[in-house]
Amino acid sequence: MDKKYCAYICAGCGIGEGLDLEALTEVVTGEMSMECKTHECLCGADGRALIEKDVAGGINTVVVGACSPRVMTQEFDFGKDKITVRANLREQVVWSEVKPAAGEEPHSDAVEFLQETASDYMRMACTRAKKTELPEAFQLEVINKTILVMGGGLAGLTAAKEAAAAGYKVILTEKEEKLGGKALGWRKSFPTKAPWTDLEENPIHSLISAVQSDNRITIKTGMEVARITGSPGDFGISFKAAGIKTEWDAPAKVTVDEADLIEKGKMENPNEGLNKYTAINPDAVKVGAVVLATGWKPADVSQYEHLGYGKVKNVVTNAEFEKMAKEGKVPANVAFIQSPGGKDDDKDFPYCNSVTSMVALKQAQYVCEDNAAGKAYILYQHMRTPGHMELFYKQAQNNDGIFMTKGNVMKVEENGGALTVSVEDTLLGENITLSVDMVVLAAGMEPTTLHEKSINLAYRQGPGFNDLELFDGYADSHFICFPYETRRTGVYACGGVRKAETMEEAVDDATGAALKAIQCIESVDRGVSVHPRSGDATYPEFFMQRCTQCKRCTEECPFGALDDDEKGTPLPNPTRCRRCGTCMGACPERIIGFKDYNIDLIGSMIKAIEVPEDDEDRLRILVLVCENDAYPAIDMAGMKRNGISHMVRFIPVRCLGSVNMAWIRDALSAGLDGAMLLGCTYGDDYQCHFVKGSEIANKRMENIGDTLSTLGLEPERCAANQVAITDYDKIPQIINDFVDQIVEMGPNPFKGF
Amino acid sequence: MTDEQGTSGAVLVVGGGISGLTAALETAEVGNDVFLVEKSASFGGRVAQLNQYFPKLCPPSCGLEINFRRIRDNRKIRTYTMTTVKSVSGTAGNYHVTLETAPRYVNSNCTACGDCAVACPDEIDNDFNFGMNTSKAAYLPHEMAFPRRYVIKKDALSAAGAEAVKGSCKYNAVDLDMQTETFTVNVASIIWATGWVPYDAKKMENLKFGQSKAIVTNMMIERMAAPSGPTGGKIVRPGDEKEIESIAFVQCAGSRDENHLEYCSHICCMATFKQMTYVREQYPDAKIYVFYIDLRTPGKYEKFREARMADKNAVFIKGKVADIILEADGGVSVIAENAVTAEKITQKVDMAVLATGMQPSLALQGVPADLQMDTSGFIISDFDKAMIATGCAKKAADVVTCTQSSTAAALKAIQVSRR
Repeated sequence: MDKKYCAYICAGCGIGEGLDLEALTEVVTGEMSMECKTHECLCGADGRALIEKDVAGGINTVVVGACSPRVMTQEFDFGKDKITVRANLREQVVWSEVKPAAGEEPHSDAVEFLQETASDYMRMACTRAKKTELPEAFQLEVINKTILVMGGGLAGLTAAKEAAAAGYKVILTEKEEKLGGKALGWRKSFPTKAPWTDLEENPIHSLISAVQSDNRITIKTGMEVARITGSPGDFGISFKAAGIKTEWDAPAKVTVDEADLIEKGKMENPNEGLNKYTAINPDAVKVGAVVLATGWKPADVSQYEHLGYGKVKNVVTNAEFEKMAKEGKVPANVAFIQSPGGKDDDKDFPYCNSVTSMVALKQAQYVCEDNAAGKAYILYQHMRTPGHMELFYKQAQNNDGIFMTKGNVMKVEENGGALTVSVEDTLLGENITLSVDMVVLAAGMEPTTLHEKSINLAYRQGPGFNDLELFDGYADSHFICFPYETRRTGVYACGGVRKAETMEEAVDDATGAALKAIQCIESVDRGVSVHPRSGDATYPEFFMQRCTQCKRCTEECPFGALDDDEKGTPLPNPTRCRRCGTCMGACPERIIGFKDYNIDLIGSMIKAIEVPEDDEDRLRILVLVCENDAYPAIDMAGMKRNGISHMVRFIPVRCLGSVNMAWIRDALSAGLDGAMLLGCTYGDDYQCHFVKGSEIANKRMENIGDTLSTLGLEPERCAANQVAITDYDKIPQIINDFVDQIVEMGPNPFKGF
Repeated sequence: MTDEQGTSGAVLVVGGGISGLTAALETAEVGNDVFLVEKSASFGGRVAQLNQYFPKLCPPSCGLEINFRRIRDNRKIRTYTMTTVKSVSGTAGNYHVTLETAPRYVNSNCTACGDCAVACPDEIDNDFNFGMNTSKAAYLPHEMAFPRRYVIKKDALSAAGAEAVKGSCKYNAVDLDMQTETFTVNVASIIWATGWVPYDAKKMENLKFGQSKAIVTNMMIERMAAPSGPTGGKIVRPGDEKEIESIAFVQCAGSRDENHLEYCSHICCMATFKQMTYVREQYPDAKIYVFYIDLRTPGKYEKFREARMADKNAVFIKGKVADIILEADGGVSVIAENAVTAEKITQKVDMAVLATGMQPSLALQGVPADLQMDTSGFIISDFDKAMIATGCAKKAADVVTCTQSSTAAALKAIQVSRR
């Protein structure tokens, strides 16, 4: 694009009062050689008309020096083929000026300080405008919009049916010869409608018929997925008969060190006999997105020795009891044990969620239905019947055949053909001993991903999802707001593999997963990113001639978007990419960049900051700010007029993961006096929207300390801080303290070199 | 605003809380047009009032910020605040919905500079903070409000106030003559994400809410703990601002009670455990008493419960609170029977927090359309009619369940135009 620039500076909201706009205009027209106009209210109709007139006259790159880019976005959007760059003169300059303490005089240079800050933001914005390019969306040569659903149980069937109902072709695989999964064994299901008291017909059979009669759905029973290659819009699926091994099974991840050991014969190759992960299977079937609904397995409860499972006859799991109930009659006196911990632990069995509470209530009804004088005893620590299920619980409380108490189950023993259950501290205020025909243990539902990779991706970073131990092995999201996010783009989990769920919940969950799969395919079709940078049409481009095969980008990508060839040269998969830029931050050769965000662009912005010499009141500190959380928090600090040191210059970044240490080195060698990163919390409760970005950036910053020492600079000139979006009252303090620390250290000795 | 806008497959989302935002965004990011309407002056709904989410203890404004950016960047979504549904006609695939926008008295010229609030002499109770403080009658709904535009409560303005507010605005954004506007949209399906209100605690006479400032609700303590709240994040007894030495959490305040809410509100146990964390951070030695019927912290929430139950200064009593007595020193005594030991407990505390439940908003507001509802006021989806309920309009649920079900609702809405 042949860029025609014009800058516009708004005088409104205090900008005109706080700044000398004439001087600011001169910075733009002089130093930056860009035309510049001012207006008293740029976002108003007149102000926009001024810009629009210029745009009609050929201006296509607009620099707006006004409020934060987080507000008035649509007002300053002049179309997809135009570029707008914003300089945040309001929230982060004029509104965050440090005010003198009560009774104190302002600094004699306070007016200049503010003017210098604003000038730097205009310099940076103009530089960005010159360096940025319009995105050119990545388009697959051929896109496939079929959705693969793995697992033919309730969740998988629902996902298939719902995706097909929106017009998409679906391939549904099920390991077993029959569709239906675990639900085939259920006699009845929980109430799903008012009055929430009555067990309902198991919906699985009608669901199977609906799927079988839908000609958009191809069903593959007795089959499973050996491996998945490719990327959203262009996945290649290698199918195989269930349970067999093939050369197309997904290879395990082999680290660089392990590969070395294998080569030296010191370690067995786990992928012996398998095709390399980048190999192309000519028989692979193309799909656009994947729904993982491989479900769950009943948990083993034999480790609770006092409960006798596996040793004492007639101690069974809830799943076994359900099968019994489905096939015939259940015994007349049954105890249901919800919590295995005796007096020491009031937790339910692991992997239960609240499902097993409701299963016990359901199965207790079977006891009464099948036996005129049936007695069911439910022994719980906490009856977990959320929402309307409370009414189901209440119905059971009113059932004369069902007896429920909180209590510590201490022992289950065989006693002359019957079973004795000892319970302490019941609500009857005493210890009781029950004599029953059968004991049912509320075993949990372990996700398939606890025991196997399930998704079988042939990716450089390995076949499974990462870090599932955070979720006890469930293929769950770590984001409360974004429940379908995984670290593998285009793959969405639902049903028992994601959470122990009731059938009603699984249906909802599967419908949501189908939506995400469809949305991913449509986003790929438009050449834009999915969450969290949804709609972003840029993608990382690699200048491969200068790649040194260091593999940092392939290792660090939080989403496993990069594969590599034999030599280690990255093989990008743009439709797997979430556009965080972690690869760009990782690359020591600085060969990765986006059209509107790259090493040169940010580096040039840093270099555009004017560095005054020999003036301790005019040190310059670069703060690279996560645009998702820290940047809004700084805006908020401005709104609240919390002063931030005039020596600081903020540059927003997509994610701290995208921060290349070259920027820090460049800043310090250009004479800036310090550099700080402000990003999201990391660790088990990470808040980074790109999962790993802030954590990786912090590691890189630890290492840059060493580099600085070798240069003769104090490592303390660089810092990284974790903040939350609500820390707007703390952030000015964090920044100002850092500035004080730098002031104490004195100016950067490289200044002026 | 154009009349009768909408393309085939357009979706109306009613309610701009976390469920409505999610449903709208998930729909629009597939490619359908969306109209998102919100009754109040800003988006975010109930979660915007929360200090943190359980179990990660992360701020809701973090996810809201991402969602607001998704809205700003997506031309498929048109948003309307202070807007409600007046009537619905037509059938699935072709609904005509009449919407009404109440006057904000601030037009789109507003730059959110804040001058009007500075100039305004009149104050109103701050509803966002449950009346625990006041705001100016010209105000931003809350600090992180989206859209970032002021709103004026005209009937609270004095004559002098009206002049001051008008005179303060440099951008001609104050329009006190603004009228209610009515317009219609044409949509294929409607997603109802109308959310919930905290159950009115005054209805439980035995719990004495409103009779002592020492008795607050769980939503009030969220505002107190929030940095943007009435106390700047400090949890103190309202009124005398006493620091907390002892505090009682009264679970199932209205929920699981056939005289009030017959269902379990799903979130209150976890909310209390979360709020214990707020208290503990500020008061390392305060005594915490939790009166409960069952602790409903299933699945991954068990770890969270375990950590709070290890607190040596926390006492958990299985027993429903029968009564709260007001004490002369400004505190209260909470009376319950321990269901395990059968002993009667009277516990004096500085402050009692009522874990009030969720009541579906439409139970109180009534319904402007042919919607099926259960006896509690939760909406029952009718997919054939393209009337789709989600979030807490559908059932009491935590945030993750709401965002998940709203994603599902998006697909059900999209299917309508593809049948």
